[in-house]
Amino acid sequence: MSTAAIKPKRVLPGFSLSLGTTLLYVALIILIPVIALILKGAEIGPGQFWSIVTSPRTLAALRVTVTAAVAATIFNAFYGLLMAWVLTRYDFPGRRILDALMDIPFALPTAVAGISLTALYSANGWFGGPLQATGIELVYTLGGVALAMAFTSTPFVVRAIQPVLEDLDPALEQAALTLGARPFAIFRRVVLPAILPAWLAGSTVAFARSLGEFGAVVFIAGNLPFKTEIAALLAYIRLEEYDYQGAAAIALVLLMLALLVLVFSNLLQLRAARHLEIRR
Amino acid sequence: MSISIENMTKSFGGTPVLRGIDLTVESGELVALLGPSGSGKTTLLKIIAGLEWPDAGALDVHGTDWLRLAAQDRRIGFVFQHYALFPHMSVRDNIAFGLSVRPRATRPPKAQIAAKVDELLQFLQITHLGERYPVQLSGGQRQRVALGRALAIEPSILLLDEPFGALDAAVRRDLRAWLRDVHDQTGSTTIFVTHDQEEAFELADRVVVMGDGRIEQIGNADQIHDHPASPFVARFMGATVELPVTLNAGRAEAPGLDASRLPRRALPDGPATLFLRPADITPQADPNGRWQVARCDSNGAILRIDLRDGDSTIPVDLPRRAPQAAALTRGARVTLRPEAGAIFPAPRGAPAPITPVEHRKEKAI
Repeated sequence: MSTAAIKPKRVLPGFSLSLGTTLLYVALIILIPVIALILKGAEIGPGQFWSIVTSPRTLAALRVTVTAAVAATIFNAFYGLLMAWVLTRYDFPGRRILDALMDIPFALPTAVAGISLTALYSANGWFGGPLQATGIELVYTLGGVALAMAFTSTPFVVRAIQPVLEDLDPALEQAALTLGARPFAIFRRVVLPAILPAWLAGSTVAFARSLGEFGAVVFIAGNLPFKTEIAALLAYIRLEEYDYQGAAAIALVLLMLALLVLVFSNLLQLRAARHLEIRR
Repeated sequence: MSISIENMTKSFGGTPVLRGIDLTVESGELVALLGPSGSGKTTLLKIIAGLEWPDAGALDVHGTDWLRLAAQDRRIGFVFQHYALFPHMSVRDNIAFGLSVRPRATRPPKAQIAAKVDELLQFLQITHLGERYPVQLSGGQRQRVALGRALAIEPSILLLDEPFGALDAAVRRDLRAWLRDVHDQTGSTTIFVTHDQEEAFELADRVVVMGDGRIEQIGNADQIHDHPASPFVARFMGATVELPVTLNAGRAEAPGLDASRLPRRALPDGPATLFLRPADITPQADPNGRWQVARCDSNGAILRIDLRDGDSTIPVDLPRRAPQAAALTRGARVTLRPEAGAIFPAPRGAPAPITPVEHRKEKAI
């Protein structure tokens, strides 16, 4: 009898080929640019990096970016949840069209979105005039920056929640109903825990996207340094000035912010979904 | 709590699912709604629970009009077919849900809820599972938790939708006996839906047979088994052989049929259909018999015999040790002697039934 070890064969074919392609792609498109960015930032040295990042203009730009992104994300988290709820829970004429419209911010070039938002909300635009009459100005303000960010990142929240809501077993809500739960209690104690991981994930991606949004923002923001200049634009300005180190330093800060947010959100999601991870 | 349902109808998008239901369930009774899928039994259960609303009719529980009450206010215990346990809550939290979800004014204090949960865990014999999540439980355990969750609010009525449908046979039998105990100990009025006759008859005080949105018959196992009220019930109870006969002075007559074991029936003379279960037919060897043995397979205890006459085939189940069995080799000619059967007059104006139909499902080879 031979005692050669049995070598199990993989059931799914094409593992090495598909994994190889994936890794190559990740390396070329994602890893190498990010590493280049980090190396470029590392060239500067910690002292100079710190002085670039803490310069008043950079700090102001980062503050504008983060404030506007937080505002846009909070708005989107609630609006996106409502939209996903309406799209999955009710059947009404035009539902499919509304569903398709949700993808427009994805499909539209962000610069086009920025130009139309500016046209609509400027002093002589459709919304801008009436709004100005009530004392609200959006164009060339922080509010405008948040508006542009919210516009481009809405679909992330809607599309993250929608499939989870659709798959939610209606018997769960019926069970809560028979146990005496009122509508709000059903939502808070049965529906919300089920969609929380997806909601967090969608909101995080929307936030990360808002941090880096450029095209839609620059038109409506007016780009006044210290007021409405966002970090991504400042990095771009530094590049135009051939200040590669300054650009890299700002970009690195944005990158780290985005990474931090993604890690934090993943931790939250794991916590929210911990009951699904446990197996016997 | 007694339940009274009157003339209830319901349709989904133009398709009627309940076509006039009248049913009274006494306080403390254990009733089964039995029927094939699509008979409307689950819809009826959901209407009692307040999860569906009828188009017309009345639902009175202990003198209260329940159609004016929302599901939350009916205080019923509903056990769903696939349990519908809240996946993100532990077993304890699932069972406590109906108490902890109450508005502050009527919510029992935490310690009291915990005590109630402990009591139920004990009662359901699942004390060791309290901290687990539903994904960590087997089907039978989930069923117990679902029942515990329903019992926590001390429901006046307990409703169960296919309670054992998703379980394997052994667990099913255990839980059946256990559910009977639970019902007897809590004294609640219980209605459960099933498509399994054995389950319905073994567990329930009374069985309500439903077909196509109507109540076909209400009774206990023996009544429904021996005296089906309609051809539908006869077929549903396993009478798969339908033999065209002529009624003469209350006796069924047909060529090659010995109906001497069947009691006389007070039915008018004329064409009728005799419904027979394969196990209630005894073939008698007779060289001039109308039927011929076409197949005879043994499963050890029972001979499964196919009798043929021209194009029509009749399945017969005969104990292998029956005295008649030895003579029933392939090609032997026989007459039929039914030991029991149900007779229904042929519908007026309908063409006389021509041939009995082969209903037994053939095993794929």
